[in-house]
Amino acid sequence: MKIIVCVKQVPDTSGKVAVNPDGTLNRASMQTIINPDDMNAVEAALRFKDETGCKVTVITMGPPPAEGMLRELMAMGADEGVLVSGREFGGSDTFATSQILAAAINKLGIEKGDMIFCGRQAIDGDTAQVGPQIAEKLNIPQVSYVAEIRKDGDKVVCKRMLEDGYMLVETETPCLLTCIKELGEPRYMSMDGIYSAYAKPLTVFDFEALKDEPLIEVDTIGLKGSPTNIFKSFTPPQKGVGVMLEGDSKTVSRNLADMLSAKHVL
Amino acid sequence: MSEFVNTNLSDFKGVWVFCEQREGKLMPTDYELISEGRKLADELGVTLTGVLCGDGVEGIAGELGGYGADEVLVCESPLLKDYTTDAYAKVICDLIEERKPEVFLVGATNIGRDLAPRMAARLHTGLCADCTHLDIDVKNYVEFLRGNSTLDVDAANWDYENRDLKMTRPAFGGHLMATIICPRFRPCMATVRPGVMKKLPFDAEKAGKCRVEKVQVSLAAGDMKTRVLEVVKETRKLVDLTGADVVVSVGRGISKDVEKGIALAEELAEVLGGVVGGSRAVIDSGWMTADHQVGQTGKTVHPRIYIALGISGAIQHKAGMQESENIIAVNKNADAPIFEVADYGICDDLFKVVPEMIEAFKEMKAK
Repeated sequence: MKIIVCVKQVPDTSGKVAVNPDGTLNRASMQTIINPDDMNAVEAALRFKDETGCKVTVITMGPPPAEGMLRELMAMGADEGVLVSGREFGGSDTFATSQILAAAINKLGIEKGDMIFCGRQAIDGDTAQVGPQIAEKLNIPQVSYVAEIRKDGDKVVCKRMLEDGYMLVETETPCLLTCIKELGEPRYMSMDGIYSAYAKPLTVFDFEALKDEPLIEVDTIGLKGSPTNIFKSFTPPQKGVGVMLEGDSKTVSRNLADMLSAKHVL
Repeated sequence: MSEFVNTNLSDFKGVWVFCEQREGKLMPTDYELISEGRKLADELGVTLTGVLCGDGVEGIAGELGGYGADEVLVCESPLLKDYTTDAYAKVICDLIEERKPEVFLVGATNIGRDLAPRMAARLHTGLCADCTHLDIDVKNYVEFLRGNSTLDVDAANWDYENRDLKMTRPAFGGHLMATIICPRFRPCMATVRPGVMKKLPFDAEKAGKCRVEKVQVSLAAGDMKTRVLEVVKETRKLVDLTGADVVVSVGRGISKDVEKGIALAEELAEVLGGVVGGSRAVIDSGWMTADHQVGQTGKTVHPRIYIALGISGAIQHKAGMQESENIIAVNKNADAPIFEVADYGICDDLFKVVPEMIEAFKEMKAK
């Protein structure tokens, strides 16, 4: 049994977000972090490793510096890293990204008993789409919003969260699960881990390595090939100075409710 | 499957909405999406179709007509009773490949956001997540931008002939907005954020005219790789402050009647689906436990709505909440620094204002 965890390096949006005058994100001015939900997915995988000794592979698509993130995850305890990196992959939407990652995972090989973990969603795009789309491309079952995982032979039972409760879902393997933070606080890198991180194997898949894989269509990847395109991007009007609401308490309350509703806040 | 060609765009007609049901009941997003779908179908001059999956759900289909659906396709099977990705994706993808709608909308619930990407990957088409605004007509889109962007819309050259669905969504916590199109493949798919689209008033006459069609479902136990063992409803647990969508905080201003002040904040938070926090003064006085503290020594929050009741707004408190999307402050003192960061300020006694706010928000939510 092995677990493959899909991770992403994202700009840290918890601080100030810098936007260029043309409406694009000023990435250069922002720190990168490992996507928080992905850290929970890695932790979940490492807990299985603690228990069963299974192999944990971390895979990411991104520019070459993303190797640093993979090394950090190996220092936490992952056994190997796979970096999918190529100019041709840049600007991919979720459909294109999932094709590329599915092709890479397929090349690594998955079999009965194996699991693929993803974070629920990434904080830069907030789509939550790549996980389910990888599962479809690989033709394996998916369970999303997973808060608990229990392995039962070749099957897996998941607690899958809903807005108003949860479902217990049993799935065959191999399967893909998207993880939420209830799966556990990520551990720190260990001293031994840090020493050994650079000795662990790291594979790079570039365009050449993947272009002939059966799950890739070369004309639907990258910025040009992606099914969705940006028609326009823009910044919302700047937050002005606040308004003071005048009148008796009933009037101000009603006015407030109207204003919040007009802004779709309520 | 292999003969499904989705690049002949003119083969695709009609706006479809996935209508989610849980335990045989329609979800509020269904009404919102049918109402929004009506607008798009009218702009395109096509039929609006609801797609309803479940077991024994035909009876609730007509209601969707009251919000604008021309027809509802009902897929029934014991295997569709509870949501599973396998069964729902198969049945709806089969239907889309057969009947070819141009636009397919899904509510961005935990279920919709599981189903839509799976379907888009299978149908080989684009999907835009968690949209907050949709347009077909460029003319309407330009007007939308005029009020909601910093762009100089009159200086731009617009292709008024463009008939793609324009899907607008926030990125990076709303610091940036993007409008996405899917020009080469159909259907064009979007998940839509719950609570954003306005639902139309219910029209009983239209509900009666809605065509309900029971669709042949081809689904076998072998199609299912997952099985729902149990569905459990939970009453809402107290969410931690940092993850909360709405935070209602109280400060020293409740000292007149601490118990009542906290009770009012709790009621207001409940109406908005939020949680209760407190300023340092409140925690230090022992009126609330430390896990409720907002501010530099407490938690940093950036919810969609932050309501500060009787909080003066010391720097240490502001540091923990000023990135919130919409800040509402109630304070008796007009010079309180909290008003410097508030989007909406009310200079009054919180014990008078909050009961009225609770009423006003309740009424607005009921609409």
